Amino acid sequence: MERLLMKGNEALAEAAIRAGCKCFFGYPITPQTEISAYFAKNMPKRNGVFLQAESEIAAVNMVLGASAAGVRAMTSSSSPGISLKSEGISYLAASDLPCVIVNVQRGGPGLGGIQPSQSDYFQAVKAAGHGDFHLIVYAPASVQETVDMTYLAFENADRYRMPVMILSDGLLGQMMEPVSFPDTEIKLPEKEWACTGHKHRRTHNIINSLYLQPDMLEKSVNDRFMRYERVKSECTLSEEYLCSDADIVVTAFGASARIARSAVDSARKKGIRAGLFRPKTLYPFPETELKASCRNASAVLCTEMNMGQMVYDIRLILENTLPVEFYGRTGGNIPSPEDILTQIEKMNRRIKGGALSGSSI
Amino acid sequence: MLTKIILSGFGGQGILFAGKNLALCGMNSGCEISWLPSYGPEMRGGTANCSVCISDDPIGSPLVTVPDIAVVMNTPSFDRFEPVVASGGHLFVDSSMTDRVSARNDIHCHYIAASETAEKNGISGMANIIILGRMIAECKELLPWITVDTVKGAVKGLVSGNKEKLITQNMTALSIGAIGAAS
Repeated sequence: MERLLMKGNEALAEAAIRAGCKCFFGYPITPQTEISAYFAKNMPKRNGVFLQAESEIAAVNMVLGASAAGVRAMTSSSSPGISLKSEGISYLAASDLPCVIVNVQRGGPGLGGIQPSQSDYFQAVKAAGHGDFHLIVYAPASVQETVDMTYLAFENADRYRMPVMILSDGLLGQMMEPVSFPDTEIKLPEKEWACTGHKHRRTHNIINSLYLQPDMLEKSVNDRFMRYERVKSECTLSEEYLCSDADIVVTAFGASARIARSAVDSARKKGIRAGLFRPKTLYPFPETELKASCRNASAVLCTEMNMGQMVYDIRLILENTLPVEFYGRTGGNIPSPEDILTQIEKMNRRIKGGALSGSSI
Repeated sequence: MLTKIILSGFGGQGILFAGKNLALCGMNSGCEISWLPSYGPEMRGGTANCSVCISDDPIGSPLVTVPDIAVVMNTPSFDRFEPVVASGGHLFVDSSMTDRVSARNDIHCHYIAASETAEKNGISGMANIIILGRMIAECKELLPWITVDTVKGAVKGLVSGNKEKLITQNMTALSIGAIGAAS
């Protein structure tokens, strides 16, 4: 298969077009803008719609409209812009509408900075808007994976009728790597629920997120959560690296996981049995797989480009059976493999000295 | 084998282009590669840099902190990257753009008046490619995948369309750089 040299952001946009995305609505923000720019250049030539909206809020609601009409649609932004979109995301989830939302994360809170960050884990996984709902959240760690997950995102958005988020960051969006696009032909599913005009041949479809009767609303939420159970059993993805004999399991997602992998390799060269567990879906979280990867571990180190967010899920899943420590940088700073190696070495010394064990937390 | 490279200088000197060229050479030789540009405040303030990794194996961190090879094309870049070059590594300095001289004796330093040479040869703006030519010639052990010919191939891939003149200028710059290494 032909290997092309592409930026993460551009490869994502190309993958979306190939996956059948017909409408892109966005508003520029660094470090995400190449996605919009790619769509702006290519959608008119490829029978699609690119529209730069007047704001992030307008863009996400245009996605709602396009999706209600049965079209594959997406929007993208970076952290502050995603906060603005959160109302629309909640409405999309409540209306059971498929769509893809991309967050190329930058440092926060507030306008923050423009350098890479992972500080929107909580937002993506726990509270992408108000109300009881979830998004499927993909966390790619390379340009190739960004492409592969974009195809998956559109497919699963349609399959489960729900919004899907691709949680990228400034590092993955801006970097170039070799990438190949699969030749698979995209089969778009029938959408009997879509508002495409009933032509007097059926009763009209309604897309709605308002239920004034508590019992009706409760039923709609319960039905959605039944679907989430299917999502959990069918969509979970993860990767483990050198975990089977690992004393120390490092957990990391996205860009952090690449850096952690370099640190794990260096630790192995120094005789430390380190391994890496990487969730590729953050919702649903690969709980069983995490437990399996930690089966022989003495301790876990969670590294993230934030102040410690995924670490809460790691601790919850491992139920205090292992000490779980955290190392992170924030504000747009990227930890170096050497920084993480230093943490692994410190933990290793404490394990060997008996100062770190399951009962010490 | 993994080789980590940083290229740095002012915006407009073709730092990112030279890095892309190296990355494309690596990819065309069947290697794993990554190219990571600076896109932050430093770029907006006028200096730019990019990290390039070329490897036989999958690449972990694409951010280079301790380069095996560093190209510095202005004084701020020299001050930032000269101290962090890996011991035994190579430092390429555009001596037309900075008077700085390294005091380190554990790295190979190459001072090339690349901008002046480019000007004299009627290919101003090609200092980056002159240095690239020199790098390929001097760092054969660190860059076993890359020859002047693979770079020429990559240039053709990057400078597309009817920019024949630019391609010729790039070729001239590469040759000037390579000759500098031999003399």
